[in-house]
Amino acid sequence: MSDPIVKISGLNKWYGEFHVLRDIDLEVKKGERIVICGPSGSGKSTLIRCINALEEFQEGEIVVDGIALGPNLKHIDAVRREVGMVFQSFNLFPHLTVLDNCTLAPIWVRNIPKRDAEATAMKFLERVKIPHQANKFPGQMSGGQQQRVAIARALTMNPKVMLFDEPTSALDPEMVKEVLDTMVDLAEEGMTMLVVTHEMGFAREVANRVVFMDAGQIIEANTPNEFFAAPQHARTKLFLSQILR
Amino acid sequence: MSDITSSSFVRRDLLTERPAPVKTTGFIGLVRTRLFNSPTNILLTIIGALLLWFTIVPSVRFLVVDAVWSGKDRTACLAENAGFAVGACWPYIQAKLPQLIYGFYPEAERWRVNLTLLLAVVLLLPLLIPRLPAKGLNAGLFFLAFPVVAFFLLHGGGIKGFGLSWTAGLLELFDDSIINAGQVLLGLSKTSAIGPLLWIVGQLIVLVGTAISWLIFPLTWLRDQIQGTGQSVWLDFAITAAIVSLIGFVLGGGVRTGGRALASCIATFVAIAVVIKLMDLDHGGLSIVTTNLWGGLLVTLVVSVTGIVTSLPIGIALALGRRSTIPLIRIFSIAFIEFWRGVPLITVLFFATYMLPLFLPGNFTVDGLVRALIGIALFTGAYQAENVRGGLAAIPRGQGEAAAALGLSWWKTTSLIVLPQALRHVIPNLVNSFISLFKDTSLVSIVALFDLLGSLRASFSDPKWSTPSTAFTGFAFAGIIYFIFCFGMSRYSLFVERRLNAHRRN
Repeated sequence: MSDPIVKISGLNKWYGEFHVLRDIDLEVKKGERIVICGPSGSGKSTLIRCINALEEFQEGEIVVDGIALGPNLKHIDAVRREVGMVFQSFNLFPHLTVLDNCTLAPIWVRNIPKRDAEATAMKFLERVKIPHQANKFPGQMSGGQQQRVAIARALTMNPKVMLFDEPTSALDPEMVKEVLDTMVDLAEEGMTMLVVTHEMGFAREVANRVVFMDAGQIIEANTPNEFFAAPQHARTKLFLSQILR
Repeated sequence: MSDITSSSFVRRDLLTERPAPVKTTGFIGLVRTRLFNSPTNILLTIIGALLLWFTIVPSVRFLVVDAVWSGKDRTACLAENAGFAVGACWPYIQAKLPQLIYGFYPEAERWRVNLTLLLAVVLLLPLLIPRLPAKGLNAGLFFLAFPVVAFFLLHGGGIKGFGLSWTAGLLELFDDSIINAGQVLLGLSKTSAIGPLLWIVGQLIVLVGTAISWLIFPLTWLRDQIQGTGQSVWLDFAITAAIVSLIGFVLGGGVRTGGRALASCIATFVAIAVVIKLMDLDHGGLSIVTTNLWGGLLVTLVVSVTGIVTSLPIGIALALGRRSTIPLIRIFSIAFIEFWRGVPLITVLFFATYMLPLFLPGNFTVDGLVRALIGIALFTGAYQAENVRGGLAAIPRGQGEAAAALGLSWWKTTSLIVLPQALRHVIPNLVNSFISLFKDTSLVSIVALFDLLGSLRASFSDPKWSTPSTAFTGFAFAGIIYFIFCFGMSRYSLFVERRLNAHRRN
């Protein structure tokens, strides 16, 4: 339990001249649930996109489950197989049915026979409570349902870490809850999670640690209780006063 | 009207019966509500009716009413013999039909064309009907096996070796051209100002060529041994089959899972053997009909089908290349696309036919039809590349990212996620290019290939059928044929579009 499953050290990234991530150090232990929050443009999405190499970075090192992801981006595919990701805009494949969305990667990346892949996919679709929609196309479902399918799709690869990039930001308020409930279930099963979100209720309830970022750096990291009750940094206080009203 | 806000309501006067409103359905309704409901629409209706009157009526008169339907030669289609102003002269088409379909293909061998067309239809129809099973096998047969069989059927001839001999031959040709290039440089070095440099480079190239010739010597030696035996084709075939099956077996996963790959390899080779035996390819095959005898609809179909089938992969490759992050590939793709799009097809055909032979090594000739085919495939490929690129641009970045996040490689992301969506977006554009390609095939007549239109125009000069309406009849017939094919493609593409875009309907 003590070994970190994700270890980020000295991470620096520039978009052209713009320094988006500055000296990020972060360790995530197995089973830990971390919520990353901060104002928009603070680099939170960029940070978790670096973890599965959707963004490249110029300095520093990220080690995921013992696989080093240096600036030269070797071992990308090995890391991506261990890391599941859920996007703000779902990014389901619109030309495939829900079931095909969930079996594509197991079949083509892990070479699992189609029948087994479908059985596994159905198991995860049941867990996110939409097994009866398996043969629909994503376009025929609500946003909340699509996001739950996206979570199931990521789970079919048996990831060791799950990344959530503002999973509820594109949803109607009514649908936020169904997605958050799914994520809470997942957390209770012991999944390691890094969640970028503005849902402070979720952070309070589920997170082991809350990380606050601004201007590309980690300003403050603490347990949710401490973080919400007694923020230390002036920037954190300002942010919380605006967001919690 | 009842007052809804008041909580109680009692009707005082019962409503009386009223006449039904003006009819808006049916023919009368259509006339009333759409055609004659305003002064502008009345005017437009009259103009429309006049247009129809002046186009449809004369066409029907020419094609059907005033047409001559039977006769032996031009006299039947002359006004003085028929007794009325003659429209279409259909006996002329009847008499010239073989020429319009086969060109100058020898009469005794025309069954080969019919058989090829029949094979094409038998293989293509099940491919076009989505409900039928075994699409993979069917597609393999149509796209890989059929072209080869069609070549030996239409062109004739046999084979002297198989995979091994061909590989050896290709390598030898490649090696010869390297040594040749080296010797050309050596020759230049005697006169050039930078002679020593050219001499060194030339020597180096010749050295490399010689090294390669030693490297491939076992292969060429084996080839010569095989050619020396009486059963060269079958011996070579057996060796090739063994080698390819072995590779398939190993790549398929060896003892554990390679059985399937091995079985399919063996099945393929057995099928090839049956075809070779059936068509007698090991003993010279069918008599050779050179492509300058081909003509008519045959050439039109060969050129357009080859163009359609080869231009799409070329287009996809170029479109992907143009979006590549590797500069060399991107620059090559852009240059290629812009070059072929910037040049008229007629120039391409002229260049391919009359100038390409000047650039090729002396002992290397390419058939005239093949040259035109390559020109058309590359030309249409460049256009298709831009169509496909439009589709690729319409796919959100998130799709590729989601696929990458699942661990799919670039190739799998492209072939499973990006391309299937991109191509669906651009089906109308792709079919647009196919239709325009089908009609552009008539341009091959300027490089001495007689397609449908070329054969038609050749038939005009026959004095036996020269009447005032011959040319009109001929062009009307050609127009109908072209229209049937193009309209067919258009309708089928609509069907495919509707089917593949099922996910976009809610």
